[in-house]
Amino acid sequence: MDFQIIWDELPLYFDGLLLTVQLVPLALAIGFVLAIPLAVMRLSKNLFINYPVFAFTYAFRGTPLIVQLFLLYYGVGQFEGYSELAKEYSFLKGAYFFALLGFTLNTAAYTTEIFRGAMAQTSFGEVEAAKACGMSQSLIFRRIVIPSALRRALPAYSNEVIFMLHGSALASTITLVDLTGAARIVMSRYYAPYEAFITAGVFYFFLTFAFIWAFRLIENHYNKHLKRREETIQVVT
Amino acid sequence: MIDLGGYGFSILVTGASITVSIAIASLVIACLLGMMSALAKLSNSRIARAVSTSYSTIIRGIPDLVLMLLIFFGGQVFINNLPENLLHLVSIIGDLPGIKGTVVDNGDHLKSLAQPYLDWGYIDINPFIAGVITVGFIFGAYMGETFRGAILAVDRGMLEAGTAYGMTKFQITRRILFPQMVRHALPGFGNNWLVLMKATAIVSIIGLDDMVRKAGLAAGATRQPFKFYLTAAIAFLLFTTVSIWLQKIAEKKYSVGVRSAL
Repeated sequence: MDFQIIWDELPLYFDGLLLTVQLVPLALAIGFVLAIPLAVMRLSKNLFINYPVFAFTYAFRGTPLIVQLFLLYYGVGQFEGYSELAKEYSFLKGAYFFALLGFTLNTAAYTTEIFRGAMAQTSFGEVEAAKACGMSQSLIFRRIVIPSALRRALPAYSNEVIFMLHGSALASTITLVDLTGAARIVMSRYYAPYEAFITAGVFYFFLTFAFIWAFRLIENHYNKHLKRREETIQVVT
Repeated sequence: MIDLGGYGFSILVTGASITVSIAIASLVIACLLGMMSALAKLSNSRIARAVSTSYSTIIRGIPDLVLMLLIFFGGQVFINNLPENLLHLVSIIGDLPGIKGTVVDNGDHLKSLAQPYLDWGYIDINPFIAGVITVGFIFGAYMGETFRGAILAVDRGMLEAGTAYGMTKFQITRRILFPQMVRHALPGFGNNWLVLMKATAIVSIIGLDDMVRKAGLAAGATRQPFKFYLTAAIAFLLFTTVSIWLQKIAEKKYSVGVRSAL
């Protein structure tokens, strides 16, 4: 193995890394913001509110991310108005927009279901107490349901974040040069598959653990009360 | 119904059957690897635990696409460099001071003896096999975690009862541990299967004619990408729906006799 190649091509990898660490958090942030109202809608007993959101999450969780990306990026060209629209709004031309759109919708669908599960688990007494205090429905959600549900959803959400990071490798299939894209370029230039992909793998590995570490910090911060309870139980018993 | 203009058969029958066969073949590999990794993680041997832990850590830290490209292209290079590397190894062994031969340059002599056996020309890795191995290898790590949790969830007292009855270790595994483990493993197993099936879509990147690539070919030929990718998406959705339905039946079957509070 000749890692001199990698040393020479390191700037390419760093450009790829930059794109990955730009695309993933952006998609996650938008997806997160979308997921909260969608999860609330999923809990609604009104079928006209619940079902469209269910259809959205079902479709995006039931199909591969790569098909979603292809459908958005290549599929949009089939529609007649697109080329005129792309002339007017230049951001529609590149793959970046479609990668971001695909990732955002995908993570929004998964996150919605994670949050819905956590919100559905809210203990009956808490909501009852809020009602007894005279809180309105929206106030109950804002003050009681959502804050505690997000805390409970943290472990599952951190898994989704890792999943998204790994899914972002698919951006390379729609012509973007992210970390995987950089590795594929190096691979095709030198025919050095080990060096090219192991380097990308190492980058992803450290990114993954950086994310896991960050989420552990967030969890320690927001779920401190749960930790203390465990400790108390251990002391008592 | 959308008119698929003659491409319906190649996407929905030929392509879909390849997708399903990759998924099932890699599920088998994933289950075997997962069981091995779960048992290794629970074993007393420190080495087995270390191997299994690093396996699942590395797999879960690297995207499946990168692993697949590494195994596909890397495997290609590995297999085609193998004869040369083996011959090199043989000549080194022959030159070792401990091994004495009748010829002066023993290493080269051995090398020339071994040469005819290692001359297999250029080998193209079959993308189907590369895809199955990669997907199986990746999901073995996830299955391992699921199985480990399921084994731990079986009541220790039942296993002790088996020992008390004089059952052998194998009997305990087959009669008590395995049937109960299945019940605990099913939800995680079902989730892994759903993710695995969707992960098989990336084999289209390494040139395997699965459903996604067939849809891509049809899209390229007709300039109607949206229609054909949508077809593939709907087919995947159908597989997912059937899987979820089967999973529910299986869960019911293996939960016979379990009381539920709800």
